[in-house]
Amino acid sequence: MSQHDDSALMVKIRDLRFAHGARTIFDGMDFDIPRGKITAIMGPSGTGKTTLLRLIGGQLAPLAGSVLVEGENIHGVSRDNLYRLRKRMSLLFQTGALFTDLTVFENVAFPLREHTRLPESMLRDLVLMKLQVVGLRGARDLMPAELSGGMARRVALARAIALDPAMIMYDEPFTGQDPITVGVIMQLIRMLTDTLGITSIIVSHDVHELSMISDYMYMIAGGKVVGYGTPQELGHSESGWIRQFLGGLPDGPVPFHYPAVDYAQDLLAGVTP
Amino acid sequence: MIDWFQNLGRTSLAIFERLGCSGLFLLRVLAALPALATRPRLLIIQLYSVGVLSMMLIVISGLNVGMVLGLQGYNTLVDFGAEDSLGQVVALSLVRELGPVVAALLFAGRAGSALTAEIGLMKATEQLAGMEMMAVDPMKRVIAPRFIAAVLSMPLLATMFSAVGVLGGYFVGVGLLGVDSGAFWSQMQSKVDFYDDIVNGLVKSVVFGFVAAWIAVFEGYDAVPTTEGVSRATTRTVVHTAFAVLGLDFILTALMFGSD
Ligand SMILES: Nc1ncnc2c1ncn2[C@@H]1O[C@H](COP(=O)(O)OP(=O)(O)OP(=O)(O)O)[C@@H](O)[C@H]1O
Ligand SMILES: [Mg+2]
Repeated sequence: MSQHDDSALMVKIRDLRFAHGARTIFDGMDFDIPRGKITAIMGPSGTGKTTLLRLIGGQLAPLAGSVLVEGENIHGVSRDNLYRLRKRMSLLFQTGALFTDLTVFENVAFPLREHTRLPESMLRDLVLMKLQVVGLRGARDLMPAELSGGMARRVALARAIALDPAMIMYDEPFTGQDPITVGVIMQLIRMLTDTLGITSIIVSHDVHELSMISDYMYMIAGGKVVGYGTPQELGHSESGWIRQFLGGLPDGPVPFHYPAVDYAQDLLAGVTP
Repeated sequence: MIDWFQNLGRTSLAIFERLGCSGLFLLRVLAALPALATRPRLLIIQLYSVGVLSMMLIVISGLNVGMVLGLQGYNTLVDFGAEDSLGQVVALSLVRELGPVVAALLFAGRAGSALTAEIGLMKATEQLAGMEMMAVDPMKRVIAPRFIAAVLSMPLLATMFSAVGVLGGYFVGVGLLGVDSGAFWSQMQSKVDFYDDIVNGLVKSVVFGFVAAWIAVFEGYDAVPTTEGVSRATTRTVVHTAFAVLGLDFILTALMFGSD
């Protein structure tokens, strides 16, 4: 995993440990996100992919280990520096997290209004350009409650790219989108990376889409990295784990179930003797 | 018995912990206030939704309470042939007690609960987290303007409550029951003291407004980010504000009017 030297790394995670209450999520994980590339993160539902993005964004603090973003420890810097770093990254939330009291237009305009002093006409053009990219220029006057789930997430995407950040983290950007939109979003992510040099991190379950678009892929399970490489490398992997996950097979080393006591025992426990 | 003491200990620890949390939270809110100076628009929007939209309720309630005071006061005073003092009775009750207290209770129900629900839902739907990720401090952008709008609105609403209440009392006493209009106003003017009554009443409403605003934004920000959590937080806002206002009212009244 050390094929990149440090200056080529956008995010460098070492020995990360994190727990939600008693449930250990990460147990000594190392992780690199190369600059200007698309890195995909895959893993079973509930392994902590969303948690990982929040740790990178500095919203959760690890129990141990370090998360360096552009060489700075995001959990050690002052509040001002944290906010300065956050202006350079954006996180597309799994839920969209649109402001329900603002129109689509104002949602996309929000980061611009907060962080820039652009004249209104220029701001309007910028917002309309971002909305055009996600195909929702015509929906600018709608309120978030009037959008479908997929539309809301596309608005969130437009908002995430509004400030032209250096790094964008996408939490399941394809979920709930029709095939055409998925294609458009993939093209968009590729275009942002190739033309603007933006670093992208995509969390998704869509194996097929991810292997087409990403430069590197990580697979995490059980609090550790279990697979890493280019899509081609992973596709030819001998690991039973990776084969099962990429092939979508129910049986294999990847547990489909949340940790639980034995099934038969659990059912029998309800039978009073 | 030991269980009982254990429970008592645990409960009081929990209460102190919560007081501590809300105290720290208040410090953070106060620290975020100066940032508002450059964004007056944020405050104006909140003044409208917190203050202006509460006016209808306050005016109608004030009018009602004033009319009831007029009726009850007249019935008592007329036995002593003292119905000319009606203006004084109505005005003193309103300015010293009912204005600040009832307005604060109504305010908690109308605006405080709405603030808690709004902030709690913003938390539950990750809007606050999203804001933080966009390097916008929710304390400055969301909490501070709502807090200060509530603090500023309360004294104005309490004053409005008292003023409308006096009119209600006048309407019943003078308009319907035949108290002399000149006596109504002159008794009021000579017996209601500016500092002892009006200023003290205003001080009360400022204190109540501060506490109501603090509880409302804290409960919202601290809410468990689920549907149930937000609904509980909303209830807590109304209940805690009511207790706090009634308790503080007793203390303030003892301090202000106790030595007369
Ligand atoms: N606030 C929380 N409190 C306690 N446990 C939590 C909390 N949030 C998440 N978890 C637990 O942490 C684990 C990881 O959650 P996370 O949301 O990161 O999963 P994920 O990999 O993003 O899953 P998905 O692919 O379904 O989105 C889950 O097992 C969940 O039970
Ligand atoms: Mg997730």
